[in-house]
Amino acid sequence: MADAIVSLRNVTKTFPGGVKAVDNVSFDIAQNEFFALLGPSGCGKTTLLRMISGLETPTSGQIIIGGEDMALTPPNKRPTNMVFQSYAVFPHMTVADNVAYGLKVTGVPADETKRRVAEALEMVKLTHLAQRKPDQMSGGQRQRVALARALVKRPKVLLLDEPLSALDAKLRDEMRLELTRLQENVGITFIIVTHDQDEALSMASRIAVMDKGAVQQIATPSELYEQPTSRFIADFIGKVNLINARVVSSSASKVVCDAKGLGRIELPHEGPAQGDIAIAVRPEKLKISEAQPKGASAIATEGKVRDVAYFGDTSHVVVRCKDDLELAVNVQNDKRAGGAGVERGQQVWIHWAPEDTLVLTE
Amino acid sequence: MDSWKVNPRVFWTLFTPGTFWLVLFFLIPLGWLFHDSFSDKISITETQFTGTLANYIRAFDAVYLTIIWKSVWISAVATALCLLTAYPIAFGICFAPAKWKPLLLLLVILPFWINLLIRTYALIAVFRTQGYLNLVLGWVGLGPYEMLYNDGAVIVGLVYVYMPFMVLPLYATIERLDRSFLEASLDLGGSQVQTFFKVTLPLTMPGIVTGIILVFIPCLGSFLTPAMLGGANAIMIGNVIEDQFKAANDWPFGSALSFLLMYVTFGALALRAFLASRSKGVDV
Repeated sequence: MADAIVSLRNVTKTFPGGVKAVDNVSFDIAQNEFFALLGPSGCGKTTLLRMISGLETPTSGQIIIGGEDMALTPPNKRPTNMVFQSYAVFPHMTVADNVAYGLKVTGVPADETKRRVAEALEMVKLTHLAQRKPDQMSGGQRQRVALARALVKRPKVLLLDEPLSALDAKLRDEMRLELTRLQENVGITFIIVTHDQDEALSMASRIAVMDKGAVQQIATPSELYEQPTSRFIADFIGKVNLINARVVSSSASKVVCDAKGLGRIELPHEGPAQGDIAIAVRPEKLKISEAQPKGASAIATEGKVRDVAYFGDTSHVVVRCKDDLELAVNVQNDKRAGGAGVERGQQVWIHWAPEDTLVLTE
Repeated sequence: MDSWKVNPRVFWTLFTPGTFWLVLFFLIPLGWLFHDSFSDKISITETQFTGTLANYIRAFDAVYLTIIWKSVWISAVATALCLLTAYPIAFGICFAPAKWKPLLLLLVILPFWINLLIRTYALIAVFRTQGYLNLVLGWVGLGPYEMLYNDGAVIVGLVYVYMPFMVLPLYATIERLDRSFLEASLDLGGSQVQTFFKVTLPLTMPGIVTGIILVFIPCLGSFLTPAMLGGANAIMIGNVIEDQFKAANDWPFGSALSFLLMYVTFGALALRAFLASRSKGVDV
């Protein structure tokens, strides 16, 4: 990537005891991106972030930031700053002293420090609390201090380690919007580590999904959701019905396969000539009807409603079909009366368009 | 637990063996000594309470003030040396691999398993003119030096004896210190040295203060170490008090000196409370 601000080249981290936390990871992050490292806990995402910050050293591989190899650069000399998961706001300093810390230790003149601290506090709307001690502040406020403290350094890259995980649900939504807005305003590359797919999907411009130390897929949020490249991704991002199938024949634009509970179906996808595959379809793409759907193009199957869960805007329906195949269907409750329009135990048909189906070989 | 204002029954907890023990073996004897300090000696074994202040007035004699002052500075120097040596030890244990920590802590408290008197004799064996240290120095062509029976020897002995009391509270505070504070300081551009003085040191101040108190107070009252390692001129106030109760057989004067020493200790604690109230935010 030509305008890459961060480049990882075959980065591997093996901890003493032989655990490979990060395994041969290579990718580029462009200037001004809001980049998310997403994965289940223990997938190596935080270790990767800490290696970018310099708090961990890669066992092998290269980390290049702003065109410079960072191998011999300690964390205090790197053009990155971190917002820690615990915020790590110094408890023995006031808010203003916390924000000024990074400028004072690097010898920024006092008047400039004062001005920049005021600007940073203004940016996170904490000017009125400048003289408070952190123990008199809420979690959300402390996080703003941590943000201001990092941004006041004007880093090339801001690293955020699970920035929203310690906040309550309402504050989390607010902060999510604020982080996105902040990133647009300051024009700094943000790299965020999260285990929460909603967080990653709603904030990031690009997401790297990690599992077991390796990057599984890097894509935009919508690509990740609609075109996952593996069962792991399809299952990890959002909800999905994964159905095992065996290929009968395939061509450049068509896969014919025998799917569990569905029988022989035709999908407008390229696929392998033979072998076992998985077909995936998102619950909101499925339709429920009482009568058998007309038109031969849809994929359809009959089943019995096992469960209906009401969520206000949607209802989640589970239908048990042939061969013990269970399909989850999200129904939009777009009419006031009737909810999902089906009841437990009811015999229904489920159908969807073949082009909404994904073929997964991995 | 309920506040005593809400639940007066919490006062029943005062009627426990611990309270009994404290009253019988600490408060009553202490009260007796307080009573004695205002008494006159009327025979070899008897004292009579007269409310006299003579014992206290005698304690302000220049001879005793000099010894009290000397005890304070010897204790202060010993405490400072304890702090300077114990901090790196505590830091090292905290950052040692997890499986080594229990062993290292055991090594710190191991000397407690041996009687203080025996340990002090061992120190004499090391430091005396024909001792092990001079033997080793002799191999490189140095010495022998007179190292025992002076103030320096007393300070070394006190540092040796009270070091664990400094290491343990420091260890407890440093161990609790969230590593992300140190990482945040580094990440924000602070050097290792700046991180130590601006983050680590202020945040471990509670342990430092506790350690200073735990070392300074017993140093001030110590008498075995100065008696054995100090020379004729290296006595501390503890030795003077010991003499009053034994050789001089002057309990009223010994009691008065004991209480003066206690007031000095109270002064040190008050100073600590004053410092704590000034550094709000960090709980000292």
